[in-house]
Amino acid sequence: MTTPLIEVSGIGKTHGSVIALDDVSTVVNAGEVTCVLGDNGAGKSTLIKVLAGVHRHDRGVLRVQGEETTFSSPRDALDRGIATVYQDLAVVPLMSVWRNFWLGSEPVVGFGPLKFLDRRRAREVTRTALAEMGIDLRDVEQPVGTLSGGERQCVAIARAVHFGAKVLILDEPTAALGVKQAGVVLKYVAQARDRGLGVVLITHNPHHAYPVGDRFLLLKRGRSLGSHDKADISVEELTRQMAGGAELEALEHELRGDAIG
Amino acid sequence: MAVAAQAPPGADERLGRPGPLDRLIVRPEIGSLLGALLVFAFFSVVTERFLSPGGVATWLDDASTLGIVAVAVAMLMIGGEFDLSAGVMTASTALVTAVLSTRLGVNVWLALLLSLVFALAVGALNGWLVMRTGLPSFIVTLGTFLALQGLNLGVTRLITGTVQVSGMREADGYASAGFLFASTITAGGTAFYVSILWWVLVTAVAAVVLLRTRFGNWVFAVGGSAVGARAVGVPVTRTKILLFCTTAFAAWLVGSINILRFTSVQANQGIGLEFQFIIAAVIGGCLLTGGFGSAVGAAIGALIFGMARQGIVYAQWNSDWFQLFLGVMLLAAVLVNNALRRRAERVR
Repeated sequence: MTTPLIEVSGIGKTHGSVIALDDVSTVVNAGEVTCVLGDNGAGKSTLIKVLAGVHRHDRGVLRVQGEETTFSSPRDALDRGIATVYQDLAVVPLMSVWRNFWLGSEPVVGFGPLKFLDRRRAREVTRTALAEMGIDLRDVEQPVGTLSGGERQCVAIARAVHFGAKVLILDEPTAALGVKQAGVVLKYVAQARDRGLGVVLITHNPHHAYPVGDRFLLLKRGRSLGSHDKADISVEELTRQMAGGAELEALEHELRGDAIG
Repeated sequence: MAVAAQAPPGADERLGRPGPLDRLIVRPEIGSLLGALLVFAFFSVVTERFLSPGGVATWLDDASTLGIVAVAVAMLMIGGEFDLSAGVMTASTALVTAVLSTRLGVNVWLALLLSLVFALAVGALNGWLVMRTGLPSFIVTLGTFLALQGLNLGVTRLITGTVQVSGMREADGYASAGFLFASTITAGGTAFYVSILWWVLVTAVAAVVLLRTRFGNWVFAVGGSAVGARAVGVPVTRTKILLFCTTAFAAWLVGSINILRFTSVQANQGIGLEFQFIIAAVIGGCLLTGGFGSAVGAAIGALIFGMARQGIVYAQWNSDWFQLFLGVMLLAAVLVNNALRRRAERVR
């Protein structure tokens, strides 16, 4: 078996007296999608912030391509090929699509201190990179704010893929989207996976996770409920565990009882 | 679905052809350009001196010293921050230069260099405080504004016993420094101050930096969404601190122009200018919330200022009316810019 792109074992993070994450383990392989599922406050955000270099973990081990690592900054994680697309702040709305696409890695031409943006190349590459991902945009000069939520996510995903990310972390990419748009975003997630990227998909919707996922990490109150391969778990079981398993059944009984009574 | 099927092959059915007018109004400075044309036409018709060479030289000069800082303030506002200390900084830098060269006998060039170091240090302090504390720059620079105002008066009184420093003309190196910052250029029998060239130069450099360089891209990004920019690896703190240093630099340039032209400086000078810079930037299309605006627009905003201020004098109206004009102009600019921006976002 090849070395996983990312491997976390027994990882934990404490904010003051709050244990945000404790003893969580999973792997992210190339060409696979690892889904992180959990309700609000389950520790999903803390886990991805550790992977993205925003937080440092206090316990456990984070290995990137087999090498034990602690990230010092988001830039550090980015340099190691781990790109994160956040739900609502993936892009700068008032800037054009191509400026957003290149932000932080702008192509320049010129000598010494006189370096100027290579605008023609930037626009062309943006257009082709988006087209390769199957994203059909009206105009790369338009402000990103004029795009729909799904299109924005897609631009951010295409950007990460283009800049050679090995691991793509997606924070609730489908949360604010309608059914059709969520489907479109999931299609791009699958496309990134097929290009050989390791994808970490954070979501609280098992029906979005199951079709694209290869591995499912369930979190609850900062702890792992288990990491399952797709073969070992059905979408019903996934939903049941996520919703709290036995607790949900009790609630269902209660609600049904109320309805009859 | 039958409707979609009728779209001509090859063309994107969602992409209507924007007309030339639509293409034009997506530029942030277009509102200010129309305003400038209006003000220009109005005073050209109402007064005779406004269009005379001497008249033009006067309002261009008035606009130039305002415009130099307004352009820098516009860059800072695009980056999502304010600098209320920029007005008083024009006096502080002039005072530092004047005290060093007239009281301590320092060569004017060295004095200018030292006051530039002082300005950049205050600018960096502004930026560092804003980034370190996370407080609104409005409050932080209000603090430096008041502190500088106090220092200007207090230190000047301690050193000179009065609230003004004069006597620059006798200082070493005055002639050559004055040539660079405060000379006039005669064109067609009329003397134009060299500050107008500085204004054009600063505007051109700022426009190129904003639209054609990586740094400019980062300025728009940190103003539009600092968190988003940081997430893709833009050095947000460095970018913002550099922007505060830019306004301090522009204030130093204007302070140097003033001290070398008038050869004396009042310690209470520059107060109130900070809002004129912001007004010029807003008239030029800057959003108060950051992420949108233009250097050329801010320069045009300053031009409107200069034309109106001198035009009112030529029309022999009481200068009290200038404030009324300013208020109306500002409100109109904000409304027009808001409408244009909405339209711009729809057009594409």
